[in-house]
Amino acid sequence: MGKTISEKIFSNHSGKSVKAGDIVVARVDALMGQDGTAPLAIRVFEELGGKKVINNEKVLLVLDHSAPPPNEGVANLHKLMRDFAEKYETQLSEIGEGVCHQVFMERGLALPGSLIIGADSHTCTYGALNCFATGVGSSELASAMYTGKLWFKVPETVKIILNGKLRKGVSAKDIILYLVGYFKADGLTYKAVEFEGEIIMELSMDGRATIANMVVEMGAKAGIMPFDEKTKEFLKEIGIYIEEGVFSDKDANFSAIYTFDLSNLEPQIALPHKVDNVYPISSVDRVKIQEAYLGTCTNGRLEDLRLSAELLKGKRIAKGVRMIVAPASKKIYLQALKEGLIEIFLSAGAVVVNPGCGPCVGTHQGVPADGENIISTANRNFKGRMGNNKAFIYLASPLTVTASAIKGEIANPLEFID
Amino acid sequence: MIFEGKAHKFGDDINTDYIISGKYKFKSLDFREMAKHLLEDIYPNFYEKITPGDILVAGKNFGCGSSREQAPLVIKHAGIGAVLAKSFARIFFRNSINVGLPVLECNTDLIDDGDLIYINLINSEIFNKTKNLKIEIFSPLPEIMVRILKEGGLVEYLKKEGDFKL
Repeated sequence: MGKTISEKIFSNHSGKSVKAGDIVVARVDALMGQDGTAPLAIRVFEELGGKKVINNEKVLLVLDHSAPPPNEGVANLHKLMRDFAEKYETQLSEIGEGVCHQVFMERGLALPGSLIIGADSHTCTYGALNCFATGVGSSELASAMYTGKLWFKVPETVKIILNGKLRKGVSAKDIILYLVGYFKADGLTYKAVEFEGEIIMELSMDGRATIANMVVEMGAKAGIMPFDEKTKEFLKEIGIYIEEGVFSDKDANFSAIYTFDLSNLEPQIALPHKVDNVYPISSVDRVKIQEAYLGTCTNGRLEDLRLSAELLKGKRIAKGVRMIVAPASKKIYLQALKEGLIEIFLSAGAVVVNPGCGPCVGTHQGVPADGENIISTANRNFKGRMGNNKAFIYLASPLTVTASAIKGEIANPLEFID
Repeated sequence: MIFEGKAHKFGDDINTDYIISGKYKFKSLDFREMAKHLLEDIYPNFYEKITPGDILVAGKNFGCGSSREQAPLVIKHAGIGAVLAKSFARIFFRNSINVGLPVLECNTDLIDDGDLIYINLINSEIFNKTKNLKIEIFSPLPEIMVRILKEGGLVEYLKKEGDFKL
């Protein structure tokens, strides 16, 4: 019997041939912790009596969820992380450098075929680069820094084949929202997902990252994209030359195979307060919005900013709407500056904040008022997510968010696109 | 590894943002303080209703969302003895075992709010004393999780074993 990508990666990292369902202890190649989870991991590492961090050069600690610190509590947790990174010589990503997942990929820590854990549920984003990456808790991050390993149950794999050709104005975010609506919040719990098909091959690395990012919203453990020229190109740009990726065998055992033709897919939107509460935009009421948010580990990449700016150019954000833009990293921010995108956002009336996670997780920089409606490119719309449990969060693509900011109500971007 | 307590019943898809809101978890590592905010976005003042040893009972996909280990820690510090649900999101499930909070997948349709629940982790037995009903466990914990739980959590397990042992 052949193997899935996950079975191959876990076999390579546990030193024996394994299959779905096996419990293994596997070596981890790279690790990530952010300011919401790393402080607890540091405390656990100390409780363990850790003297050195195994594979320290491949450990990245990121100050992003509440950065720059809005209060003394956060400032002290950031100091704890800085001191730890210096003492144990791990990598550190300072405030404003970017959202953890984007920085991790830009620093070349996510490589095809590797096994990665991160103390953040959206660690699955790195699957865009053909690796197995999954979220863990702080104790597990600490344990892996202490031992270099972690125990895993090798997951069963579901294959999702996306065929057809996307309509203009429809993007990766609409695809993954559609899939979350189809499978629901627990539809793929414990499973790994392998993506294939014409649409996936057409997508940029930014688009693939958007999809891999949100597989956890269906409960999945990992979402893995194929290795191709686009993977090579992304890595080449950051100075890494890799010619081979990991593929599943033809006779591998998948627990299910789903094929979708998305040629007729229209922009999708997740209504409050659940990510799987997804509808095509044509069936959704034109609710007035007060805040529009473009950014996050889901949709703060260059392609997202370009799409939004192209739509916004020469227009104004509607009266009564605040639009907040947070590029996912400093690298993206600088490129957006060069391309004139930031000027378009500012001229249209948007606020551009530093790269980070603040508005999405409700720590600062965009907390809504009671009863307000927010349309956001983020991945979660739980009640209270943005810091106020009396607000209503709608999730959509960068184009839909931008069109809505211009109209002042939930709007279909196709109205602006011929 | 025997627990007995009153059930507090919740629905499906209770996410970790509801268990402890992001606005608290980023500020500190003071779990006794955070415990006061347990599930407050969907059940204000829930913390005050808990008697130590009570059992949290839910539907499917409990603990979905963020990987925050603060979620099971806050549940534990609020005095909850164990969590029962039809299914759990995987990161929450692992985090709970790692912090020494017992979690089991079972048929929670047979439990109502306020029922007295008996759990024996050694025999994998759950009993609803109020209804005089045996509750079916859907899937027993893998051996490594039982061992971690018996030691009281991952830190204690690793201190004892020095490494992961299968």
